[in-house]
Amino acid sequence: MSNPHINALFPHRHLLAIEGLSSQEITLLLDIAEGYVEQNRQADKKKSLLRGRTIINLFFEASTRTRTSFELAGKRLGGDVINMTVATSSVKKGETLIDTAMTLNAMHPDVLIVRHQDSGAVKLLSEKVNCAVINAGDGTHAHPTQALLDALTIRRRKGKLAGLKVAICGDILHSRVARSNIELLTTMGAEVRLVAPKTLIPTAVERMGAKVFHSMKDGIADCDIVMMLRLQTERMQGGFFPSVREYFHFFGLDYEKLAAAKPDALIMHPGPMNRGVEIDSLVADDYGRSVIREQVEMGVAVRMACLDLLTRNLPNSDLKNL
Amino acid sequence: MATRWKHTENLVAYVNARLLDPASGLDAKGALLSEGETIADFGPKLFADGVPEGVPVIDCKGMCLAPGLVDMRVQVREPGEEHKGTLASSGRAATAGGVTSMVCLPNTHPAIDDMSVVEFIARRARLLGLAKVYCYGAITKGLAGKELAEIGLLAESGAVGFTDGEKSVVDAQVMRRALLYSSTFPLLLIQHPEEPSLAGSGVMNAGEMATRLGLSGIPREAEIIMIERDIRLVEMTGGRLHFAHVSTGESVAVIARAKERGLAITCDTAPPYFALNEVEVGDYRTFAKLSPPLRSEADRAAIVEGLKSGVIDVIASDHAPQDEDSKRLPFSQAACGGIGLETLLAVTLGLVHNGDLKLLDALKLITVAPADVLGLPAGRLKKGAAADLVIFDPDRVWKVEAATLLSKSKNSPFDERPVQGRVLRTIVDGRTVFELDS
Repeated sequence: MSNPHINALFPHRHLLAIEGLSSQEITLLLDIAEGYVEQNRQADKKKSLLRGRTIINLFFEASTRTRTSFELAGKRLGGDVINMTVATSSVKKGETLIDTAMTLNAMHPDVLIVRHQDSGAVKLLSEKVNCAVINAGDGTHAHPTQALLDALTIRRRKGKLAGLKVAICGDILHSRVARSNIELLTTMGAEVRLVAPKTLIPTAVERMGAKVFHSMKDGIADCDIVMMLRLQTERMQGGFFPSVREYFHFFGLDYEKLAAAKPDALIMHPGPMNRGVEIDSLVADDYGRSVIREQVEMGVAVRMACLDLLTRNLPNSDLKNL
Repeated sequence: MATRWKHTENLVAYVNARLLDPASGLDAKGALLSEGETIADFGPKLFADGVPEGVPVIDCKGMCLAPGLVDMRVQVREPGEEHKGTLASSGRAATAGGVTSMVCLPNTHPAIDDMSVVEFIARRARLLGLAKVYCYGAITKGLAGKELAEIGLLAESGAVGFTDGEKSVVDAQVMRRALLYSSTFPLLLIQHPEEPSLAGSGVMNAGEMATRLGLSGIPREAEIIMIERDIRLVEMTGGRLHFAHVSTGESVAVIARAKERGLAITCDTAPPYFALNEVEVGDYRTFAKLSPPLRSEADRAAIVEGLKSGVIDVIASDHAPQDEDSKRLPFSQAACGGIGLETLLAVTLGLVHNGDLKLLDALKLITVAPADVLGLPAGRLKKGAAADLVIFDPDRVWKVEAATLLSKSKNSPFDERPVQGRVLRTIVDGRTVFELDS
């Protein structure tokens, strides 16, 4: 459907973080994603909205599921999707980043989807290219599409975001997912709680509008959503807790701790899960309450919505043809 | 008076000046006469009867005439990293900033842990004839923090102090021995205070900003702990120690207490730490990536208080040129450091314009105070002393535009900022080496 006002409703060239998006813009994105959820459940999943558009998945850090989700999103909208996984040496990767951006830019892509191990790297790259850039995760900074897909999952199950109590538990310190979710959920009027040992809580994080807890039972008490995070051991230098066994004992989600939450509380996890470390297998696979697989489904729809909205703002977009 | 000068060769008269000498407290209208490389005379009454015939006259037009600036912390990058900066480019930047003496850090390639490098720098600087260049020797061989460098021999060949540059001497035993050994001569050691195991992989100040940006933080305690440890070692050994670029309020408090106990401790800070705070990092702005990192507003304010109270002895530019390839990188990969020679005076004068310091007190921090800490014959107006001078307009407003600065690298943390106070002319050994708009 043609909508000549869409640019005014979502006037962003890139999607680099949740910060800077208004609640109206987030709602618009989620509304559009809703439509794509239905489309993705049809036999014919393909649209021609992005016909002729080139989308490059530029991944400096390996991630099969996010990359595949973006690839499917682009293809289902009829775009040409190319995957590039860039292996980098630790010293020269910065030069490679700018050089790669320049090279790719010369090929006139319409959207670059970028994942990078360093916070801020995607923003740096976005300043060097003419196309739209979507942040598919940068360092420990942001992962906006993950927060959006989490929001879509929650909204579909609970019918709203405002007023909900959401506990984000686990390795907050190293989590870009947590930062983007705090931004999004507080913008939408939800109450956000963070639960982790003190070593995994970043400095002054409560100033982002979240409450901090160090006990699972206190933190998830009366919560509507319990969002578990993966322990990012690859980002950890030195010991942040004594042992995995001890971590699970105090901070792993099992039925005993879950009893503190509301009886209909949803269990979420951005994946991939460390079963028996941050989440008990029985809880993870409790399909009455765990929406972990649904999150993956919503991921494709949300990414389609992002591609849809951002390509409408490209300078060579022809709105009349939409 | 006019007949006092029997010959007029080699004489230059600077008239119609506001003479400023922080060492003696002089702030008066007057004139100055240089004879060859030295100051022949100066004062409010000089040339009351007119300038002797045949003496070239430089009209200062009522502007400030002060001792040339002494910058005790400069990285010149030569030898070894000439693509970032050279003695020539740093010399030009220095003179544009009113700096007539600068002391360079030993983190060159090769490091200044050998007499031949000290002599190489001295020879190159002499040939260039720009600002005077002194250098520090390394405390440890190769700045590796393990074995003591030849401190005594380096001092004999001209090193004015000893430091491992941007690296802390981490090993307490090595630092203890360095303080003990240097106290036999006695020589000054300069420490970059940062406990590296606590700083870890941090890239900016730990706090809300770092958390929001997803960048790993360096806690302020990394600096404070190292200062507290070293104060104990000074107490143990009787050495002389100077802390470079202190950046936290607690550091100032700890140093103040040590000074009260009579220990031979001094310290400096750099303009970014009293004029900027961590907010400058903004959207991953790598020009604001410095070591130590830019701190919170409360720390910035505490550093200003430290300057006002006199606990902080010196302001140094901490000039650290980095080429574009070192800065145009994701924040965590980008190199630390910012250039500062050309903005040293203007940003320091900001303290005067803000009402924090009087003009002479601000000038003292960048002239006679660093000269006294290092024992250099510079930084004051004195008959017979070298005619190293700066003429500046304290009120002139200009905007720092990195691209137009003379430094080879352009990584100024003050890029795009309006500042007040401009160097008009710089004189080294009686020769004009910089003139604005010339």
